[in-house]
Amino acid sequence: MIRDLLVQGVQMALVLILAPLLTGFVRKVKARLLRRQGASVVQPYRDLLRLLRKEAVVAENASWLFRTAPYLIFAATWVAAALVPTFATGLKFSWTADLIAIIALLASARFFLALAGMDIGTSFGGIGSSREVMIASLAEPAMIMIVFVLALVAGATQLSTIAEFMLSPEVGLRVSLGLALIALIIVAIAENGRIPVDNPATHLELTMVHEAMVLEYSGRHLAMIEFAAALKLLLYASLIACVFVPWGLAPAGAGIAALALGLVAYVAKLAGIGFLLAIFETSIAKMRVFRVPEFLGGALMLGLLGTLLLFVSRSL
Amino acid sequence: MISVAVLLSGVAVLLAAAVAAIALKHSPSVTRVIYGATLIVSLAIAATALHHLVSAAAAPSLIALPLGLPWVGAHFRLDALSSFFLFVVGSGSAASSLYGLGHGLHEKAPRRVLPFFPAFLAGMMLVILADDAFTFLLSWEFMSLASWALVMAHHHDRDNARAGYVYLVMASFGTLALILAFGLLAGAGGGYDFASIRAAEHTPHLDALVLALVLLGAGSKAGLVPLHVWLPLAHPAAPSHVSALMSGVMTKVAVYGFVRLIFDLLGEPTWWAGMIVLILGGITSVLGVLYALMQHDLKRLLAYHTVENIGIIFIGLGLALAFQANGMNWAAALALTAALFHVFNHALFKSLLFFGAGAVLAATGERDMERLGGLIHRMPYTSIAFLVGCVAISALPPLNGFVSEWLTFQAILQSPELPQWGLKIMVPAVGAMLALSAALAAACFVKAFGITFLGRARSSAAETAEEVDRFSLAAMFAFAGLCLLAGILPGFVIDGLAPVTQSLVTGRMPVQTEIPWFSIVPIAESRSSYNGLLVFVFIAISATLAVLAIHRFASHAVRRAPAWDCGWPDPSPETQYTAASFAQPIRRVYATYAFRAKETVEMPAPGDRRPAQLVVRLQDLVWDYLYEPIAGVVGLAAGRLNELQFLTIRRYLGLVFLALVSLLTVIALWT
Amino acid sequence: MDGLIFDIAHLLAGGLVLVSFMMLYQDRLYALLNVYALHALVLALSVAWQAFAQDAPHLYVTALIALVFKAIIIPVALHRMIARLGIHREIETVVGIGPTMLAGMGLVALSMVVMLRVTAAADPMAREDLAFALAVVLLGLLMMVTRRNAVSQVVGFMSLENGLVLAATGARGMPLVVEISVAFSILIALIVIGIMLFRIRERFDTVDVHALDRFRGERR
Repeated sequence: MIRDLLVQGVQMALVLILAPLLTGFVRKVKARLLRRQGASVVQPYRDLLRLLRKEAVVAENASWLFRTAPYLIFAATWVAAALVPTFATGLKFSWTADLIAIIALLASARFFLALAGMDIGTSFGGIGSSREVMIASLAEPAMIMIVFVLALVAGATQLSTIAEFMLSPEVGLRVSLGLALIALIIVAIAENGRIPVDNPATHLELTMVHEAMVLEYSGRHLAMIEFAAALKLLLYASLIACVFVPWGLAPAGAGIAALALGLVAYVAKLAGIGFLLAIFETSIAKMRVFRVPEFLGGALMLGLLGTLLLFVSRSL
Repeated sequence: MISVAVLLSGVAVLLAAAVAAIALKHSPSVTRVIYGATLIVSLAIAATALHHLVSAAAAPSLIALPLGLPWVGAHFRLDALSSFFLFVVGSGSAASSLYGLGHGLHEKAPRRVLPFFPAFLAGMMLVILADDAFTFLLSWEFMSLASWALVMAHHHDRDNARAGYVYLVMASFGTLALILAFGLLAGAGGGYDFASIRAAEHTPHLDALVLALVLLGAGSKAGLVPLHVWLPLAHPAAPSHVSALMSGVMTKVAVYGFVRLIFDLLGEPTWWAGMIVLILGGITSVLGVLYALMQHDLKRLLAYHTVENIGIIFIGLGLALAFQANGMNWAAALALTAALFHVFNHALFKSLLFFGAGAVLAATGERDMERLGGLIHRMPYTSIAFLVGCVAISALPPLNGFVSEWLTFQAILQSPELPQWGLKIMVPAVGAMLALSAALAAACFVKAFGITFLGRARSSAAETAEEVDRFSLAAMFAFAGLCLLAGILPGFVIDGLAPVTQSLVTGRMPVQTEIPWFSIVPIAESRSSYNGLLVFVFIAISATLAVLAIHRFASHAVRRAPAWDCGWPDPSPETQYTAASFAQPIRRVYATYAFRAKETVEMPAPGDRRPAQLVVRLQDLVWDYLYEPIAGVVGLAAGRLNELQFLTIRRYLGLVFLALVSLLTVIALWT
Repeated sequence: MDGLIFDIAHLLAGGLVLVSFMMLYQDRLYALLNVYALHALVLALSVAWQAFAQDAPHLYVTALIALVFKAIIIPVALHRMIARLGIHREIETVVGIGPTMLAGMGLVALSMVVMLRVTAAADPMAREDLAFALAVVLLGLLMMVTRRNAVSQVVGFMSLENGLVLAATGARGMPLVVEISVAFSILIALIVIGIMLFRIRERFDTVDVHALDRFRGERR
């Protein structure tokens, strides 16, 4: 009992510790690919600490929502990230939310972020919020279709069960799972505001989405939002890792050795995914904002196609 | 016997209150008296219904009164299904009466509202209690007419008059369809009480016809696309607490009508019935929310959004029919539970949101979101309650809207076990529509809350708004609290619904309240589970931890400064995003096809000092391609028939003679 | 082992459907041709795998034909044609990409329902192959219907033919002679179409088939 709680606690702390590192790592690799030196991989921690220590400058007409939203966004994202299996499956509270609920938790965070963007009543906040909800309106159904594919293959929406199923030999080669993986990558890119959907490194560009919403934030509030963004990236990386590369995950009630192995495997998987993300981002140009619906519509179609193709293999 | 007698006497008190409202019309305290009376009666009715629902072994309670048609009488019955819906109607009525205690004082023409309000409540409750076709239809029509009178309360407004007209036409049409449906169900033998209808045998052809008629009749009242056109006109036209009742509760009475006729009276369904209902539900949910996104009138936005939720409910009902037709009773129970849970949830949050819109209307006199803004500073409590409603209706955890949509998704995931290929493939597609509508709903309510309550005031009315009275706030917070409770402890609601699913599809979901930590587990924990309570507690704990840690160890200094806005802040509130500009990206992506949206920009040449103009044209395809032609045909026919008004007496006599002869010929040929 | 054989066949046939969708998604002619080459390549792989699975060596020849003609010669020829016509940026769709994809999804669903119901008695691999093949054929037709540019209509036609080949190999009935003659007739069709294209272009200054309707005196 106590051991279970401890493992769950380790997972919650682990995602918190690793999230800025993943962001820093992706930035570093991108810089190296562009033949720049780049900031150190621990720079995101320094940024967070710096922001936390500064005073928060709040616009005169900001409401209580503006000041509470960063904490809510952070909390919802943290809870969601801690519920995705990282190094072990079947944790103490893993049944609190299945995959659909995890997606919905992220949607809650986004809901408050979009509202916070509109609170001051500036045009930049409005543009960011309205584009964010437009992107989400396609990304979320695409994600649900991915869940359908996984759930119909594994017979569950519980992530631990899905991961265990993907480890078993019953999986086989399925075209649907490939489609789901591509769709999941597209959704992950869009949800995290990476290139080609949005550019996390820019502030003054008319097509920006996420950065426009948080333009009025500063100090500890901004730190919370940046932290939440890093956690979200980690969440999607863990999700891809736990569903599509589940090797090394420690099963429920495993010993210390298996847990340690799982941890090493997890960090290695994150590094791999971060590396691939950096390569992808450097090799592609940003899209016009109204190309994004087609891009995400593609993910939705892939998800739907994956569900359809599944019936062919299942029935035979 | 006891329960139904208690309930009927409650209804009698409501009818008496309607009469009393006319008698007391000059008394200054009439508003308080009437709403106070309806509040108490509604609470009593809700409590009785709830008691009947949870006392699991309770047999249906029956009563027959010697009223109505002499050889039929009036039958009333309280079983699990009707007690659930009666609870929904009773609690909605109670909150709306509570709200009316405060909001009703703003009413300019109380005489046009007060008598009809209790009558409307009585009508809805009688529909649910009715146990024979005649009483059902009479109550249904009574409900329609009472609500029509409430829609016409502010009849000096031109739009309202049109809304009332369209509503009346659609309501009559719906009742006609239901009359025919009952006629078919009762057959030539003509047993019009529900017990003999239930016992009768039905042929498949008849089933199809009855389904179509019930979809027309109950669907038009509930707002299924394409029968939804009256709803966004009529619901906003009524006073706000009546809008809440019409949108939150009366549409549920229509759902009750559908469930009673199709699940209970018609008997064993066929699989294509489920398919039709599913497709209609899917289309309704997506189109409803797209319509809502294009609105900038707060109440009309909410009314259109009701259409979406009705779609979600019908998706659940369609799934239940499909599963039941294939003998998968446990899955049918899951789908039906999801649908009925959503009925309950929607009654809660839609009423809450209409109360909020009414509060905004009372405080500012505005329904147009383009003239609101910044109300979170002026109306802090209303804004909190409205925010809770927005989060709940957007299906976000840990509130209640998410639970019912989650259950619907779980039911959808059972579809591969259905034997029919058409259903197997259609159900995930409908699931995609449901996901799309859920995501768009979140966008819609970011818009509704963000434009109305956040930002800066766009008019002087919004700038000087005052918080509303305590009664209105009490009603809003009561429902906001229920939204939270149903969200974090959904197991109690699911268990409460078990007798209903047991009686309709002879199956039930596993007992939920005995699962540790109040999780909900539809099938097995390894397959899917959700725990609203823990999600809520986890979020609360981690947010509190973050706040405490930061304020203790880092900085808690705050400086107020002008907005930054990338260095170009503009003091004019006109520079904010408006409702229309917020919806622009979504309009561009979806409405180009759904509504044939066209944007034209008129940009004056350089040096020309006229302002540039952006014109957006939306086309309501349902109205243009379905109702306009029908209206055209009806108009043409009426024009032709009009000539009959100007005949000579000889010709009139000739017509009468002709009619008589042809009737006699029919009889001669028939027998 | 049996499972793996089926899985790979399924993967390749499903991949063919996916590539058909990718063709619907393209909005540049050169990109469309590249995707078409990919389509033919996946077809060749799929046929080769069927040859291995059914132990039918003549199917290797079919695969080779598909590879050489369809994945190399035809795309290169079309490439040159487009370069000489100077039309590489034009794909004019009648309907937008989103609705086209949705319609395509509906067609895939339809072909599955039809094929799986009709062929209930056949063995799994053939059933699955036929369902995917019908989907590829319908998607090719959809492409021809929704494109105005004559070149993309030609590509749609070619992908349709690929679907027929997939069906034929799956059904285990097609003799080699038929396949070879079909391949040559396709090649001849290509030549005829190519000549036609140049003539159309000379006469009307465009390859938009919409222009032809105008000259027939029809309204669109």
